[in-house]
Amino acid sequence: MNAFLIILTGSLVAITCGLLGCFLILRKMAMIGDAISHSVLPGIVIAYLVAGSRDSTLMLIAAAITGVFTTFIIEFLNKHGRLQSDASIGVTFTWLFAIGVILISAYAGQVDLDQDCVLYGEIAYVPLDSWITGSGINLGPRALYIIGFVLLLVIFFIVIGYKELFLTTFDPAFASAIGISVTLWHYLLMTMVSITTVASFELVGAILVIAFLIAPAATAYLLTDKFKTMLFLTVIIGVITSFSGYYLAEWINGSISGAMSVISGLLFALAFLFSPKEGIVVKRVKYGFKTN
Amino acid sequence: MSAEIENPVLEIHDLTVTYSKKPVLWDVDMTIPKGSLAGIIGPNGAGKSTLIKSIMGLVPIASGYIKIFDKDLKEVRKNVSYVPQRGSVDWDFPASVVDVVMMGRYGHLGFFNYPKKADKEVALDALRKVGMDAYKNRQISELSGGQQQRVFLARAIAQQADIYFMDEPFAGVDAATERAIISLLKELADKGKTIVVVHHDLQTAPNYFDWMVLLNTRLVAHGPTQEVFNDENLKETYGGKLTLLSEISKLLENKRFPAREAK
Amino acid sequence: MESLLEFFSFSDHNVQSVVIGSIWLTASCAIVGTFSFLKKRTLVGDAVAHSVLPGVCLAFILSGSKNPLYLIPGAFLTGWLSLVLIDKIVAHSKIKEDTAIGLILSVFFGLGILALTYIQHTDYANQSGLDHFLFGKAASIVREDLLIFSVIAIILMISVILYFKEFMLISFDEEFAQSIGVPVRRIELLLTTLTVLAVVIGIQAVGVVLMAAMLITPAAAARFWTNDLKILMLLAALFGAFSGISGAYVSYTAPAMPTGPWIVVILSTIAILSFLFAPTKGTLFRLLKQVKIKRKIKDENTLKTMFYMGEELSSFYHPMEVEEMISKRKMQKSSLEKSLLRLKKEGYLEKEKTGWVLTKAGKEKGQRIVKLHRLWEVYLTKYLNIAPDHVHDDAENIEHVITPELEERLEKLLNYPETDPHQSKIPY
Repeated sequence: MNAFLIILTGSLVAITCGLLGCFLILRKMAMIGDAISHSVLPGIVIAYLVAGSRDSTLMLIAAAITGVFTTFIIEFLNKHGRLQSDASIGVTFTWLFAIGVILISAYAGQVDLDQDCVLYGEIAYVPLDSWITGSGINLGPRALYIIGFVLLLVIFFIVIGYKELFLTTFDPAFASAIGISVTLWHYLLMTMVSITTVASFELVGAILVIAFLIAPAATAYLLTDKFKTMLFLTVIIGVITSFSGYYLAEWINGSISGAMSVISGLLFALAFLFSPKEGIVVKRVKYGFKTN
Repeated sequence: MSAEIENPVLEIHDLTVTYSKKPVLWDVDMTIPKGSLAGIIGPNGAGKSTLIKSIMGLVPIASGYIKIFDKDLKEVRKNVSYVPQRGSVDWDFPASVVDVVMMGRYGHLGFFNYPKKADKEVALDALRKVGMDAYKNRQISELSGGQQQRVFLARAIAQQADIYFMDEPFAGVDAATERAIISLLKELADKGKTIVVVHHDLQTAPNYFDWMVLLNTRLVAHGPTQEVFNDENLKETYGGKLTLLSEISKLLENKRFPAREAK
Repeated sequence: MESLLEFFSFSDHNVQSVVIGSIWLTASCAIVGTFSFLKKRTLVGDAVAHSVLPGVCLAFILSGSKNPLYLIPGAFLTGWLSLVLIDKIVAHSKIKEDTAIGLILSVFFGLGILALTYIQHTDYANQSGLDHFLFGKAASIVREDLLIFSVIAIILMISVILYFKEFMLISFDEEFAQSIGVPVRRIELLLTTLTVLAVVIGIQAVGVVLMAAMLITPAAAARFWTNDLKILMLLAALFGAFSGISGAYVSYTAPAMPTGPWIVVILSTIAILSFLFAPTKGTLFRLLKQVKIKRKIKDENTLKTMFYMGEELSSFYHPMEVEEMISKRKMQKSSLEKSLLRLKKEGYLEKEKTGWVLTKAGKEKGQRIVKLHRLWEVYLTKYLNIAPDHVHDDAENIEHVITPELEERLEKLLNYPETDPHQSKIPY
């Protein structure tokens, strides 16, 4: 039962992150996703301090604000400070993350978070933290509800904004020429990434959030050149990753989120080598050894 | 050398555009009449693409105004079509030919509306016009340069607009595509649509366009091709920049001077 | 205050090690980071930092020892491998660089975490302390570490000094470097090796996640102050060293505080202050400059207006009232009055009972602006084919920017025309 709950939670995280990841990597914004996943930390800690507990709603709101704030600072440094974009990203996320870690140390007594958890989460404890109603009925793990809710939110977002997201990703100049606000959709997407990051953060840690944002989407991208298929494949790859990651961790007695990101990397490697269209081994067999 | 015409479909008044305070277009005043196939001609760095981008509201303008059908762009967006440079998008993007052409319908759909059957018909019809209907389910990554440009053109046609702005549609395409595109553009112009094309090949320009805009950071001349496409104007367009003008541009940039007084 | 003295007396040997160690680490990372900053590949350093972890764990599992002599080569190996993989992925697939970096860093880090937790769950004696690589341990640097850090830092610095020219060339323009016979690939290899080395030691100060800051932030901060590469590097090293000491001091006074994050926060603060206050490139400086420019334009417009009024009266030294000026040119009264006072201070105006009077210098300055305005109108109609009724707005602005040198050229080019396109006389 516990194994099922952990795999289910992992899958939901992977699907939520993966769907947004498809847009991120096509927009060449993978590293912005990386930055957000680190810099929401101070937002989380402050939300903890304000609420005095793990109030999920407040946490999601705080995250959305910090995430958007991060993108805003990155763009501000880039445009007004004329700092090159890679450096703007690097300066911003390390700065915010460092503040987050300091806040954790300063309020160690009040904040139920530690550095290890920040980096690699505690998905193994998911089944322990159940949502129990006033009348004492056990409704199952709380984390599952939160990530489930965020997944629905993300799906809703993609369904209603599909056209706009697709177009602003592919051809932003054309999009704004026909009157679609590129900036608006950019910030909406960043808000969704921030919310997702926070919901996933405690479960899998900052690093696996990045792995889930990028790896399944990148793998799917190598396997297809249809966008809808890419979204669909990302979901499947996310589930496979979660499933095999859990058992890999079980087998060698190590961190579950570490194992899941290793699996996501292995799946990418397989696609990179053997994808029917893109795989480098396949290309060599097809076109002889001279290519590349 | 400016032509005054009645009821222009495009009117640009005193347009100045700056990039980080440096003027790249300087006091451009021009008009384009309905039904013309107009070429914007000039050397590299003359501001040809910038002119189109500022018409489409993609770059901020420092002064002046632009009227399309005597209205602001916002009011007539549905009647205006824009074809960006082919190189401005990532052709590895996971989309099919028909996906891209369908984007031409998005402006007519509004928020949270999916394309309907009628929209699909329009898209397929546009693909037939550019001779790409056989490729409708191909992935765009598999297309040649000329085919990519035809897809972009089909997207523009699917917009069913009355005025078209095209940024270098002939750059890097094969001769057959170039011929196909120009005959299609002529056909559109004959139907009363207005087409404005950024172009840099002087050899073909007089055969393609009936209206010309000669540009080199400032407007050198504009008007009917037979009137403005002459040696004198070409010499002025291509004979290097006005040194005084470019030095003042540099001065504005280095001293961070506003190109127009803040009002 | 007492603790500050105590800290800097270095009477405590531990403090000595921590301070010297932190300076070595931060300064050498800053120097090497300067080149990745210039090559716009700073995030690659982030990937290397994360990828070091599995190497460390692997080396520990194989050797069973925490001796840095084993761990550092292990770290170096996987750090290097991550760079090779990023390049391979970008070169051989449609995956773009940002995706490849994010992918490699998270997967390698995941592998590291998996290995680390595996070690922790197994009965390895003496395994505690490996997580220093995760979070850094600047506050607990001891003598033995110091020796290794110093050796590596000295290697880094000497290499940078020896190959300074080559590094500069490949960071600035790789193709040009190749064309003049610089062995670009070999130099690139050397630079990469140095970066990985810097990460391997730097990570022990601030940990995996914050390592990127050690490479990027000092150079980014220094960039606001200078355009000279040598000074840039020196400043970056200085900023790094300062943050190193300050971070060590903070955890000395408040032992519960983590050193690494403090080093990074101090570095970031320096960067933000530079971003705001650095001369020439700082945001505040640029804003101030805009204010000054606006003021200059306003003052020149005031003089110009008074000159126009003088033209109409055929007498330039006639007292003029504020209201009259406003009716001549739309201006805000309060702002006009401020402008008049400024001009008086500079000796362009005098105040009399019945109004303001131009001095000789004031009249000449006003005249010059009017002349430039009209000359520029002539230039626009003549050289840009702009209709006479469209040239005024442009001239309103350009009149303020033309230098005396350009003024002379403009006069010669137009051959001292008598009137502007509106038939107003040009005053010489």
